Amino acid sequence: MAKLFSYEEKGTWMEDLCGVTKLIFFLAWTITCMLTYDTRVLAIMLATSLILFKLSKTSWEQVGSVFKVILVFMIINILAIFIFAPGQGTKIYGTEHILYSLGGRWVVTQEQLFYELNVVLKYFTIVPAVFMFIITTNPSELAASLNKLGVSYNIGYAMAIALRYIPDVQDDFHKIKNAQEARGIEMSGKAKLMDRIKNVSAIIFPLIFTSMDRIDTVSNAMELRGYGKNKKRTWYMGRKLAKADYAVMIVTLVVMVIALVVTYHDGSRFYNPFI
Amino acid sequence: MKKFGIKEVVATGIGTALFIVLTEVQIPLGIIPNTSLQPRAAVLAFLAAVFGPVVGGIVGILGHALGDAMFYGSIWWSWVIPEAVIGIGVGLFAKKYQIKEGGFDRKAIVLFNIVQIVTNAVAWILVAPVLDIVIYSEPTNKVFAQGACAFVANIIITAILGTLLGMGYTKIGAKSSSLTKED
Repeated sequence: MAKLFSYEEKGTWMEDLCGVTKLIFFLAWTITCMLTYDTRVLAIMLATSLILFKLSKTSWEQVGSVFKVILVFMIINILAIFIFAPGQGTKIYGTEHILYSLGGRWVVTQEQLFYELNVVLKYFTIVPAVFMFIITTNPSELAASLNKLGVSYNIGYAMAIALRYIPDVQDDFHKIKNAQEARGIEMSGKAKLMDRIKNVSAIIFPLIFTSMDRIDTVSNAMELRGYGKNKKRTWYMGRKLAKADYAVMIVTLVVMVIALVVTYHDGSRFYNPFI
Repeated sequence: MKKFGIKEVVATGIGTALFIVLTEVQIPLGIIPNTSLQPRAAVLAFLAAVFGPVVGGIVGILGHALGDAMFYGSIWWSWVIPEAVIGIGVGLFAKKYQIKEGGFDRKAIVLFNIVQIVTNAVAWILVAPVLDIVIYSEPTNKVFAQGACAFVANIIITAILGTLLGMGYTKIGAKSSSLTKED
């Protein structure tokens, strides 16, 4: 059973920040990370996010198994890049320093290794930020503060419902799966492809139909209690933006601007050590 | 277009939860790295077909982003956005399928599948690889190979599972023609 990681109360200063502050940090961080390919910027961002990750007191047990999955994914990805395009590095950096040849067009070059290092860096820079955002943010509080920021409360509420119902739906899923396995339906890799599709639908059908029922029940309950009658809502978990929130937002935006200026000042998003 | 009422709010919420939980269910194809048959793609098409483009789009974005974040600790934005394209694309014709009204007949099934194949093509053969190149500068042939593979996997699973889900749900749904409005 794959374990989802989720919010956990730890009493760090990061939890005291508003959900919106963390959302802005998170979006700014991932967008910067998406745009830049500058090795120096990526390395500094990775170091910073590792420090923040340490400060959030996230334990290895919480994220270890997910981390291993990421590692496998990453290894497959960089191998695939090399197999499909061994010349990508040369194409980007414009020079070619051959290290050794594996035969055919598969030539290992310094440029290729450097490019793939950047891909790995880019990927790992996002990871601690995502871990932190999910582990230190209370979903109800995030929904409340999203609404304060001007997002329609319907969207905030939909998000809150999503986060609230993940464990319930997951519970249903495992119950149905166990029940079907008890009836002798093979879920593991031993079955053939067509059989596996059929077997998976043996879980998905009951799961969807219970969920559709649940949608009806929950929306009826909300309707009875007058949801959506007024233009505004008050929030139990709502919180005002404090000084620390503004400070974090400003620092985040300043860092983002600096990172982008450093990346783009010479007109290319790549840092080229070969010229 | 229907307004974003209570039902849509709840459907978006629970639909997203469903999509995230089903991230766990993957049937690997094992040819191209990191692509597999994903039943959640069929579920997204189904939800979009029942509840319309707004619900479909939000479930696609939110579900894919949160699901990736919670299971893999990272968000591959270039593959999150195509998911919204599918949700919106399939959802645009929600009124035509008549799933909830019990009218998901052969004609509607054909339409549903044409729409899902077209939107999947736009999403995975066009949007995803282009974003992969723009955002991540990945090699062109690799991302198009991955995109094509995702396209094939998704249309297969949606054609089988999505259609069956629609047919199953339309049977238990109330027929709109079974009641007439009294003047």
